[in-house]
Order: sequence, then structure tokens, then C-alpha cells
Amino acid sequence: MTGKYEKVAYYPGCALEGTGHAYNRSTKAVGEALGLEVVELKNWNCCGAMEVKNVDPKLQTYLSARNLSIAQDMGFDTVMAPCNGCYHNLKKAEYDLARDADSKEVNARLSSKAGHRTYEPGTVETIHALDWIKHSVGEDGIRERVRNSLAGLKVANYYGCMYTRPRHIFPEKDKGPGSESTAKPHFMDDILAAAGAENVEYPLKTACCGGAHALSDSDTSTKLVLNLLTTAEACGADVIATECPTCHTGLEMHQVRAEKVLGRKTTVKILYFTQLLGMALGLSPRKVGVHENFSDSRDLIREKGLA
Amino acid sequence: MTSEPASLAIDDVTARADAIVVAPEAVLSQDAEHIAEELLAAGEAVLESWLAAHGQAPTTGTVEGFRLLALHRQGARGDPSFNACRETCREIVYHRNLIRLETGVSERARRVRLAAMVVRHLALFVGGKLETAGLGEFCCSSRPLRQSEFSETRTV
Repeated sequence: MTGKYEKVAYYPGCALEGTGHAYNRSTKAVGEALGLEVVELKNWNCCGAMEVKNVDPKLQTYLSARNLSIAQDMGFDTVMAPCNGCYHNLKKAEYDLARDADSKEVNARLSSKAGHRTYEPGTVETIHALDWIKHSVGEDGIRERVRNSLAGLKVANYYGCMYTRPRHIFPEKDKGPGSESTAKPHFMDDILAAAGAENVEYPLKTACCGGAHALSDSDTSTKLVLNLLTTAEACGADVIATECPTCHTGLEMHQVRAEKVLGRKTTVKILYFTQLLGMALGLSPRKVGVHENFSDSRDLIREKGLA
Repeated sequence: MTSEPASLAIDDVTARADAIVVAPEAVLSQDAEHIAEELLAAGEAVLESWLAAHGQAPTTGTVEGFRLLALHRQGARGDPSFNACRETCREIVYHRNLIRLETGVSERARRVRLAAMVVRHLALFVGGKLETAGLGEFCCSSRPLRQSEFSETRTV
């Protein structure tokens, strides 16, 4: 244990209360198993996601900043967001408030109107669940705690497109050894390798999952996801590990749709990295919400001795 | 590296990538280097389609020695959402380079198949964005699509 990030504010975001509930459950369970403490932000609100941002980006900045101000009020200097969208938006708010006078003015005005503290950039650090585990416990700490090694499990680590883009809002990345890479992210690979998994080389780890097209152009999403799935299979993966609820849901739903609409069946399983790590730490599949996934990986889990 | 002038339509690229993925190992291994260049050109063709749809003349320049990367940079200028395929383009180049170094029959074929899958992803991504103009802004979120449209009616 490094002492860093042992107790952080937790911002689950809307997705983790809905379709990404298994991610919420497994993140908390893994934290507990690793001796890490998360304290959920009180009365948090939507980060502004994509919808608000497209209508009014400064309103989105304010919405994200309000969450950061709550963390500040609760005495935290770090907020952990497992969802790529939330993580991205909180980072973007931090970036904009430090550089854009208009964003700062709108944030101050709306914060005053709403009657809460105006968030001051530079006071709360936003981290992803991957940063949280990587920097608090690290690979050595994981190795020490593994009870059910993921040995024999071939994993394609899929990060999606928002974890590393745009680069300028992630100043801590691309800083050499020990930092995350925006071109070839590896924190999830590192964490799961420490838990015994065999990571396969996956050339589409940051490629688009078609999440933006999900409702208006489902066929495009289905084709993009099908390509992600077939490529993972071609790489020899048993499982695609995810760290974003939107990507995860997209992969699961379009795996079903690809079979139904395009007649293409794929068998690679889809699990959150926190579910895989949790099982490696000795937690039951139920405890990490495997039963909540659409992608039924129970047979594989039994076969690999993780249940 | 500047490949042969590209002229494939996006659907042709997808079809060709599909064909490469299922081709016999021996064929892929034997023609690996040629196919790698073909896939690089196919990637360029996809990006040329994007640029043409936006009224731009595709560059003949290179970035880090590859026209594909220069075309991507050109395509993303003023449209940050297009960076969602930046690493996909870099993977195409990466695989093309690996294919040239690889000597094992199976490994060469495997690399060619992966390269084809990456090119297919680029084609699907760009094709999807062209079909549903502007949607990529939702996922990128860097420069909101309707910012100017709403600037006069904004309420905050």
C-alpha cells in the first residue's frame, strides 16, 4: 500500500446507478477487499454527460464543477470516477475553469445562484478507478492479495475512446515510466496481469465502440462492436475487460444484436475489470455482480476456477 | 511512407478487409508485405473520403513518414472528435511495420488479419460518421456540435 488514494471521494455518476450497476457494485467490493475507502459524494448530480454538453458546454462545466465543490466541502482533495464519461467531464471542467474566463464566470454565477461554494480549480484531483487501484495498491499489492489467480484467462483490455482523449485535459498522462499512456494505455493491463491474467495484444483498445450512434444509427454501432468482438477473438481473448459503463453496455447489447440482425455470433465474454479483479481477490461472482451482466460468463468463470 | 494513390470507396475497403480476414494463412503470409501496403492505402482512401466530404483536398504530405497519419491530422483539424480514430490509424502503421519484420508464416498471417480488422474499424467509424454527420461530437465532447447554434438562446 502506497498510502496514496487510500480514502477518496466517490462519484459513481448516473450510469453506475443504472445499466452500469455491476460496475458500481464491483468497484466498491474491490475497494473494500483492498482496504481502500470510498465515500460517496453527498447529493451529487449528473456530470453533464454528452447531452448537456452539446447544448451548452459551460452548463456542463458547471454541473461537473458542482460535484468537485461537494468533494471540497466534504474535505477531500481527490474524487474517483469509474465512468469514462464522468472522468472525462470532471477533468474537462478542471481544465476549462483554470483557463477559460467565461467558464469561470458562468460557474461562479450559477454556483452563487444555487447557493453553494464556487469550485476553485486546482483544489480537487479527479482520478479514474484505474488510477485509484494502480497508485494506491499497485501491482505488488495486488499480487500479495490474489487468492484465485486469473492464470489461464486470456484478456483483451478495452479502454474506449474517452479515457485518454483529448490528451490536454489529462496532464498527468504521458509522463514516462509509471504514468498512463494516451497512445497505448496499460493500467488495466498492469492490474489484471498482476492478478494473473494473460493479456492479449489488442489493437483496438482505444477504438470507438459506437456509443454515440447507439440510438440514432444502431447498425453502425453494431458493426463497430462486432469488429471489436471478432478482433478480440482473433487475438485469442476469452474475455474483454472494460472500464467504462457505456462501452460495456454497448459491447453487451450489440453482441446480442449482431447475432440477431447480422447473423454473426461471437462468444467472447465481457466483464468489468473490477469484476475480474474482485474474483481474483477471492470475492464471489455474485458479490461483484456477474449475474447483472447481459454477457453470461458464468460457465467460463466456473471453468477457470473463479467461482 | 506514401503509398499508391488510393481510390477505394469506404464500402470497398470494408469488403476488402472482410476478404483478407478470411483468406487462407498461406496466401496472407506469402503476400503479407504487399497486403500491408494495400491496407495502408485503404486506410488513406477512407480518410480521403472524409476529407472530400468536407470539401478539402487531401494532403500529399506525411507525418512521421506516413501519409495516413498526415491525412488523419488534416481530418481532425477543427474537428477534434475525429481524434477518436487517431490511435486506429497509428495501429495500421504499427501493424504494417511489424508485418515487414515478421518472418514466421502463422505470425505474418495473423498480423495481416489484425491489420485488416483495424482498417475495417477505421472504415466503419468514418463511414458511420459520414452517414450520420456530426454525431461524433457527442462522444468526443471536445467541441460541441451545436455550440454556435445555441449561443444566442443560451439561458445560463
